Amino acid sequence: MTRTALDVRGLTVTLPPGADRAHAVAGVSFTVNPGEIVCLVGESGSGKSIIAHTTMGLLPKGLAASAGEILLAGENLLAASPARLRALRCTRMAMIFQEPMTALNPVMRCGDQIDEVLATHTRLGPGKRRAKVLEIVRAVQLPEAERMIASYPHQLSGGQRQRIMIAMSLVLEPALLIADEPTTALDVTTQAQILALIRELMRAHGTGVLFITHDFGVVAEIADRVAVLRRGELVELGPMREVLAHPSHEYTKMLIAAVPGLTPKHREPLATPVVVRAEGLTKTYARRSWLVAAKDQVAAATDVSFEVRKGETVGLVGESGSGKTTVARCIARLIEPTRGKIVVGDADFASLSRSELHALRRRVQIVFQDPYRSLNPRRTVGAAIIEGPMNYGSTREEATARASELMELVRLDPDVLDRYPHQFSGGQRQRICIARALAMSPDLLIADEAVSALDVSVQAQVLALLDEIRQRLDLAMLFITHDLRVAAQVCDRVAVMTRGRIVEYGTAAQVFADPRDDYTKSLLAAAPGRHFAFGAA
Amino acid sequence: MTITADAIGLEAPPGPPPVVRRGVLRRLARNPVVVVGAAILLLILIIGLAAPLLTPLDPAEINPAFRNKKPGTEQTIRAADGSKRMVTNWMGTDSLGRDIYTRVIYGARTSLTVAVAVAVISVAIGLFIGLVAGYFRWVDAIVMRVMDGLMAIPAILLAIALVSLSSAGLAIVIVAIVVPEIPRVVRLVRSVVLSIREEPYVEAAIAVGTPTPLLLVRHVLPNTVAPLIVQATYIAASAILIEAILSFLGVGIPPQIPTWGNIMAEGRTLFRVFPHNILFPGVFLALTVLAVNMLGDGLRDTLDPRMGKRL
Repeated sequence: MTRTALDVRGLTVTLPPGADRAHAVAGVSFTVNPGEIVCLVGESGSGKSIIAHTTMGLLPKGLAASAGEILLAGENLLAASPARLRALRCTRMAMIFQEPMTALNPVMRCGDQIDEVLATHTRLGPGKRRAKVLEIVRAVQLPEAERMIASYPHQLSGGQRQRIMIAMSLVLEPALLIADEPTTALDVTTQAQILALIRELMRAHGTGVLFITHDFGVVAEIADRVAVLRRGELVELGPMREVLAHPSHEYTKMLIAAVPGLTPKHREPLATPVVVRAEGLTKTYARRSWLVAAKDQVAAATDVSFEVRKGETVGLVGESGSGKTTVARCIARLIEPTRGKIVVGDADFASLSRSELHALRRRVQIVFQDPYRSLNPRRTVGAAIIEGPMNYGSTREEATARASELMELVRLDPDVLDRYPHQFSGGQRQRICIARALAMSPDLLIADEAVSALDVSVQAQVLALLDEIRQRLDLAMLFITHDLRVAAQVCDRVAVMTRGRIVEYGTAAQVFADPRDDYTKSLLAAAPGRHFAFGAA
Repeated sequence: MTITADAIGLEAPPGPPPVVRRGVLRRLARNPVVVVGAAILLLILIIGLAAPLLTPLDPAEINPAFRNKKPGTEQTIRAADGSKRMVTNWMGTDSLGRDIYTRVIYGARTSLTVAVAVAVISVAIGLFIGLVAGYFRWVDAIVMRVMDGLMAIPAILLAIALVSLSSAGLAIVIVAIVVPEIPRVVRLVRSVVLSIREEPYVEAAIAVGTPTPLLLVRHVLPNTVAPLIVQATYIAASAILIEAILSFLGVGIPPQIPTWGNIMAEGRTLFRVFPHNILFPGVFLALTVLAVNMLGDGLRDTLDPRMGKRL
């Protein structure tokens, strides 16, 4: 076949005046061949989603392609009328999104949503449509196709919903599939399955795929060719192995170097005193009612035991719903554990009364995942940092002086303490959160997915900063993450959690090199791009 | 997000520190709905405050010789020092010979007092109850059932009951309007608190040992301000209307105090012959409520575009 599925030539999308740069996308050219998967890689704000939306004709108001052309099987989409674009969507090009729950209509059965595509774009009768829906649902490897098409989106898991989305986009066999971070919201094991499915189906149907991702692991897993975007410009384009192994552009090199490797660094075992020890920590949620006694109980964490030593980083690794965040919040006493002990120093943190807890609270501090929500938007970052010390009797002057020192420690200019959080980037905010936690001089710092929302290069900076702070202050750190790569890089010891229990607990080197539990093995096997030695440099 | 080599030095966000407050005021000033609403309201406020300067007559003074005069009739009055002067009854007189223009502009005082008092009192009480109900789970169920109960009481029935227990008066009217308004404020505040209490920055404040009252005032309360300002304007508008209804029905403010409702009640019997008795206070009432509602809508759009969904 000589015809390309997608041919983007010199595409330029102009941003409205007042934006941080003139063009969202500037002079980008690339092609996607039938049956080929091209990965569009870039950090947030690089313009990768803009390219996808321009292709689909779904650009938000105020943005418009100002130059170039997008050829879908030879037809220029930028010149197409809205009606023509509507006819092309689903039939010739289709798109799947990051969050399948919001992309599917919650009040419509999944089967009806696929059927709607057929009813709109084909003249098939109801019987034939139903047969076709069942066929495509089986093709995306959903079990019990009959039951699936009769289900509402909320009755399915995230992976199943994404399969329905894929089924919907492929039912008319489009020439081009645009996948906008389709696995970012999924767990690693589900992600591995979805990636395999996309690869398999595309090869079978000869569909060209424009796969948008920020994750180099995913790139290594799925791509034939890679296009790297930076601030709207295409900096590198080439076959996947070549780009990953021998990146030519500085930016690509930096990005790939920032991807944490899966092989843990060698770390000496520590014999320092134990700072925090969890013993048989259990948290169950009971559905409470006014009159009826509790019936259903959900165990969020069951019998969790581990310890964190001074100067040590212990990782709690698990997929969503594994109970790792519940454990973190119990240890910070943001929620009350149902059973078990949390020994901090010589006190049992779990059984302290409110007033006793207040005195000890400063010893355990937590940094949250979402840098945009963990700072009060109405208060200056300075006010956020000095709040804690002032609760414990510091004067404003002392606390402010300390805040300035901490800002320097997290590599931010102390002069910006009077600014508001919205003026900072995500990575800068996360560093402010770290400064806020450190202002309490804690013994234990809990990082609850603290780098998960950050771009890979910023993530590398924050990880390095956390590691440096841990060493300098001899801090104990509990590092909660779903990302095995991150865990491998920062943790001395790792506890793998699933369904509220720790199934494996050992040194990082042992867990990663020689996992004993089946779940750990499956988790490691599902890690995207595991065959590719990232972070080796 | 930019890639910054932080080895070079300390980072700072670009741009000067913003002045948040000025931004809000400027945006409000740019919204024509807010400007027109505020201007009308300000005008009525000035009329109410400057009433003694705008008319030489006493709103309660009965003049049997000048009953039921059409608008524009001239009248000679004798001042305290004995001198005579001509006065025009711009809006005519009522069946007791009181000047309607005088009564209408003095009536603005009552309406605005009721509006402000009801809005302030119900927001203050509702804010407190809402914060407590939203933040402390165990209080929530009980408080909200009480609020549901309060919401079932119609203001007018409550006013009739209260007036029959004591005498009619401004305070009773305010209480009667405030009581059913409180649950609405409580519900609004509670819904805001319920969403804010789950924010990580609230948890972060708990983790750094911020005492609960301070936590509520510092981190939760500011988020309720914008929706509350908007809600307060709606409460004010409905308070003006309910006061007028109560006075019209004769269960509100006693007839000697001029209120727009009283004037209309007075004019009701002779409505067919002298429509001005009802027309002028009615116009003022409608204009005021319209202005308050415009202000509220404009504030809602400017302060919080998501408010529409939250209510």
